[in-house]
Amino acid sequence: MDKKLYTLKENRLVAAGTYRLVLSGPGPVEGEFVHLDIPGYYLRRPFSVCDTSPEGFTLLYKTVGEGTRALSTLPVGASLSVLTGLGKGFDASACQGKALLVGGGLGAAPLYLLAKELRKEGKEATVILGFNKADEIVLQEEFETLCGSVTLTTLDGSAGVKGFVTDALKALKPAYDYFYTCGPMVMMKAVCQQLEGPGEASLEERMGCGAGFCYGCSIQTAGGPRRVCKDGPVFKKEEILW
Amino acid sequence: MVKDLSVSLCGLSLKNPVIPASGTFGFGLEMAAAMDLNVLGGISLKGSTREARYGNPVPRIADCTAGMINSVGLQNPGIDVLVNEKVPALRRLYDGCIIANISGFSVEEYRECCTRADECEGINLIEVNISCPNVHGGGLAFGTSAAAAAQVTSTVKEACHRKPVFIKLSPNVTDIVEIARACEDAGADGLTLVNTFLGMRIDIARRKPVLANTMGGFSGSAIFPIALRMVYQVAHACHIPVMGCGGVTSAREVVEMMMAGATAVQVGAENLRNPFACPEIISELSSVMEELNISTLQEIIETV
Repeated sequence: MDKKLYTLKENRLVAAGTYRLVLSGPGPVEGEFVHLDIPGYYLRRPFSVCDTSPEGFTLLYKTVGEGTRALSTLPVGASLSVLTGLGKGFDASACQGKALLVGGGLGAAPLYLLAKELRKEGKEATVILGFNKADEIVLQEEFETLCGSVTLTTLDGSAGVKGFVTDALKALKPAYDYFYTCGPMVMMKAVCQQLEGPGEASLEERMGCGAGFCYGCSIQTAGGPRRVCKDGPVFKKEEILW
Repeated sequence: MVKDLSVSLCGLSLKNPVIPASGTFGFGLEMAAAMDLNVLGGISLKGSTREARYGNPVPRIADCTAGMINSVGLQNPGIDVLVNEKVPALRRLYDGCIIANISGFSVEEYRECCTRADECEGINLIEVNISCPNVHGGGLAFGTSAAAAAQVTSTVKEACHRKPVFIKLSPNVTDIVEIARACEDAGADGLTLVNTFLGMRIDIARRKPVLANTMGGFSGSAIFPIALRMVYQVAHACHIPVMGCGGVTSAREVVEMMMAGATAVQVGAENLRNPFACPEIISELSSVMEELNISTLQEIIETV
């Protein structure tokens, strides 16, 4: 864990209610997520890292509350305090063959960083991303460039397959050796119950410190209490008690 | 001029008065890789009970203006793990004052846990939490009645022969001085105040409390003036040392707490915003002392 100052390079609306935030500063970030100090708000807010660069990193976020709405108004050049080196992320090495990536909404963001790592290791990845409607779709081209193709689903049928990602899974029956999922809890629960093979999911919980010492985000797992921020946010399918 | 940051607390010499408050710094071990723990005057460890506890369901954290609410509910691995694993591991890394924070659901549980802490070599001071707002039938129940607070105090004082015993008080009372005096009369060596204020938030879109446990303890910079007032009242009414706690975020506020009567100052919620808050405050202290023409911190205690 470390605390560093980054400079805001881009903070741009890229889909309905969804912003792309690019921060630059003392180098790329380690870890699964960052904890951002949003000026005017007390606790930091955790965000999954979507991509890293030699200078910094990129996040996607939705304006879901006051904190993220305030974040969306920050101008280019603003300075942000960032806690880095947080969380246990997806384990690319757990996949010994073909990977299946199932994302819901902004759950696509950390899966993109994972997909880059899988591709670097020469592993194939099938990608299925679900959104509410077409104007919320993010990262489609990026995943297509990286993985060849992406299967999209939308609840209202405005793009891709109409329905949930689980409907697409039933229809496609993709071959895979290991799956990774990130998205709303109900979606990940359905995905984990439907997919028979081994896999892991990235959980979300309201956090305090984000670094494992306040025990604010502890959940019960098959192996006992675990901190989502430190022992996770990614957990193996069999560890998670839905 | 070199400034003397050290303070004397019940015969223990602290290199400086800054101590991360219980529950906001884990067992210290979680932070060892990120910072040099040895700059800290003391570390108050996560509250421990006789048995391991998971605590309350999540969500346990609610953000607020100038503060936060937690309803962690004393998640801890139990007193055995504390004295056999956590404290020895921390002692290998840290040469300052290790404070065991003890909670209980009965007077007997307080006695048992404090006995274990008193016997544990690595622990320097025992802080008895009679003020946790997040558990039913324990904690706070003992801290809101002078008679119950006195009963816990005299029981744990009988059990502890080696180490100073501080009682950590709740601000959720009509008259904190009455409770403080009851603890002093029952033999407490010192007092820590204050714990969190009972609070709640509602998610207006879901029309439900934010916290799964409905209510929790409010802390953070918003409570500083109230905590300061209580430290001032108690320090002036009692003769035993006080550790001041509540909303401290800066070296200036450490000085303010000490002038109000605190011998040592605990930093709580600020650690959650900034895990490096304590080392930053400590490094800032010398220049604040310089500016205020203070040569030793010990001399400013209860000067207001």
